[in-house]
Amino acid sequence: MTPVSSRPPFWRNVRILAILGQVAFVLVVAVVAGILYANVTSGMRRLGIVGGFDFMNQTAGFDIGVRPIPYRPSDTYWRAFQVGVVNTLLVSILGIVLATLLGLLIGIAQLSSNWLVARLAQSYVVIVRHVPVLVQLFFWYQAVFLRLPRVQNAIALPGPIYLSNKGLTMVGFTTTPSTTWWIGFIFVGILGAVLVWHWLKRHQECTGQQAPRFLISLLIVAASAIIGWLVLATSPLELTIPERRGLNYRGGFELTPEYAALLVGLVIYTASFIAEIVRAGIQGVSKGQKEAARALGLRGSQSLRLVILPQALRIIIPPTTSQYLNLAKNSSLAIAIGYPDLFSVSRTIMNQTAQTVPMVGLIMMSYLIISLITSVFMNFYNRSVRLVER
Amino acid sequence: MASVSEIVTRPQERVHVAKWLKKNLFSSWFNTLLTVLSLALMYTVLSQLLTWIVTVANWRVITVNLRLFMVGTYPLDQTWRLWFCVAIGMTLLGLSWGIWPRVVSRVAIVYGAALLLLALAPFGVVTRIWLAGCGGLVFVGMFVGRRMPYVGRWVALAWFGFLPLMLILMRGFGAFLPVVPTRQWGGLQLTLVLAITGIAFSFPLGVLLAIGRRSPLPAISLCCTLYIELIRAVPLITVLFMFQIMLPLFIPGGESFDRIIRAIVAFTLFTAAYIAENVRGGLQAIPRGQFEAARALGLNPFLTMSFIILPQALRIVIPANVGQFISLFKDTSLVVIAALLDLLGIGRSVLAQSEFLGLQTEVLLFVAAVYWICTFSMSYISKRLEQTLGGGNR
Repeated sequence: MTPVSSRPPFWRNVRILAILGQVAFVLVVAVVAGILYANVTSGMRRLGIVGGFDFMNQTAGFDIGVRPIPYRPSDTYWRAFQVGVVNTLLVSILGIVLATLLGLLIGIAQLSSNWLVARLAQSYVVIVRHVPVLVQLFFWYQAVFLRLPRVQNAIALPGPIYLSNKGLTMVGFTTTPSTTWWIGFIFVGILGAVLVWHWLKRHQECTGQQAPRFLISLLIVAASAIIGWLVLATSPLELTIPERRGLNYRGGFELTPEYAALLVGLVIYTASFIAEIVRAGIQGVSKGQKEAARALGLRGSQSLRLVILPQALRIIIPPTTSQYLNLAKNSSLAIAIGYPDLFSVSRTIMNQTAQTVPMVGLIMMSYLIISLITSVFMNFYNRSVRLVER
Repeated sequence: MASVSEIVTRPQERVHVAKWLKKNLFSSWFNTLLTVLSLALMYTVLSQLLTWIVTVANWRVITVNLRLFMVGTYPLDQTWRLWFCVAIGMTLLGLSWGIWPRVVSRVAIVYGAALLLLALAPFGVVTRIWLAGCGGLVFVGMFVGRRMPYVGRWVALAWFGFLPLMLILMRGFGAFLPVVPTRQWGGLQLTLVLAITGIAFSFPLGVLLAIGRRSPLPAISLCCTLYIELIRAVPLITVLFMFQIMLPLFIPGGESFDRIIRAIVAFTLFTAAYIAENVRGGLQAIPRGQFEAARALGLNPFLTMSFIILPQALRIVIPANVGQFISLFKDTSLVVIAALLDLLGIGRSVLAQSEFLGLQTEVLLFVAAVYWICTFSMSYISKRLEQTLGGGNR
């Protein structure tokens, strides 16, 4: 290390230079930030805008097309913002689930021993991942969902599911007073299924006797749901079947074309990336593992499920996490097709109140929190599949 | 050890069509089912798509507006400047083909051939001459490059010099080249300008941020980490929006900033954070011994970074960064939301003309195809580059 006897002069002392350098850096950053802050405050004063978040308690006055939580134009801006956040979460969570399923399917299909299936899956990935997601969203919205026939001659699929330019309408449920009790029954059923699952697992580990664990657990849950339905006096869920009334549907469960286009576009786009990750993950498992599984007598699906995928997951999960984050962030493109998500609602609030600075701060905070929660959750899951090392 | 002559090559397998079909398509009942289902799917999709393309689709919306799609409202008498840029780009592509045939050959062949084929299409005479010339330059460049492989370093430098030259040519200066204001830029031209400048500026900034994040000085590494993580957590559209709407608030007189420059700044700041993370991965992959060896040679931290660590680290992260650039290229389409007329923006403004109402499918498919051609060739070159580099390492 540095010789203590001949200490260099302080302007050549690395330690002092390091401290000085940092002080200078922090000063520069602080000065730039200070100038920007001063500009913003003076600019806002010039435009006659009062800072702070008080404006959020004013009446919003605009309507939101998709409201999963109750909202009226007479509610406050806070409430409108909350509706936006819930809309973002709705599309992100469902999108993540569906994109994972589709991506997994296509990723595995890319490596199928069936030549045609593999080629089809590969072309899907090559075509979809090279086109901007915004173009795809416009395509799904303008060229597919808005082009569907009008309500009078909607496409009727069995279910009944109606596809029209008003979106997708299908059978829905309404809750009744006994719904909570019924959910309680299902919950008990799930608890029982988990216990039986573990008992069967231990039984198999001790004796080697196999039982169809998955099927039995599923049956237990189904049985408790049916028993609950029969025991309760009133039926816990009531079906509402959509009926056409003029140019609209009455009853049923409705997905607006905006939501459907956003969801389909994001799922198809993100799935192509997840498929590539899954393919790389499976190819990353050494070939010997597959051969060993085969030598043990496991069938193709078994070796995939019990040997290959658990090891591939270690490679798959970290990049998939960032794809999930991308999906959540890309959902902000909803503004382009008029789905009232967090960004789009905030944009309306900004237009009405001119409070750009606090709103942008709020938007950034919201996305930051969504990203953090996703990362924490995925890191937790990642730890559980990680290789246990000594 | 076996000597070379003893190594037995794999026996050549004769491919029988029937055997191949049985093995790859009909090996079990499940596989047969999959094959039949895939064939049915392919048939329905392809037959409907082809019928639509040939009989239903109204491609006049593309052919009439082709000029808009490519260069926006760039003045007609100045278009030669853009063609000149294309010609330089194609010459460089041809030279690269001659010098690094394994990496760029296929893309160069396809581009050159496509340009020559397009020259046969019924455009105006001037356009056809330019098209044929640009296509020819690819092949001329290839012959020159093959004869003189030692110019490789210069060609690489020329690629870097291409950007400022391109911008100067497009913008113009003085009396010789009249200035074309950026609001007349548009279409594919604007998309390329946004992407290329964004790439060129974000890369050095990203490298600096990555080094800063790994700095032993806590204040610097904290600032860099905060910046990187904050930017990565928010959607690009918020950053773009901040620069389009809020710049006048932050900087007095910010209204006068060009909207395209604002977009480029936003793309640069956004992409730099992602590049920084990629580069950090590369820096972490450099063994400690390299740092120690550099130190033992008496290099100071700056020299160590620039001559020992970065050349190795950047090489590792080429594929990841090309991936980042491809996504930047796709993300330039987001400027539509800021009302700039890039390729997608032109598409949307064409659709707003009463003459072309209801032709969304045609326009969007065309726009998607153009994006696809650009991004796919980028990712193809990156894949070849990765293979070539990887081969050198092993």
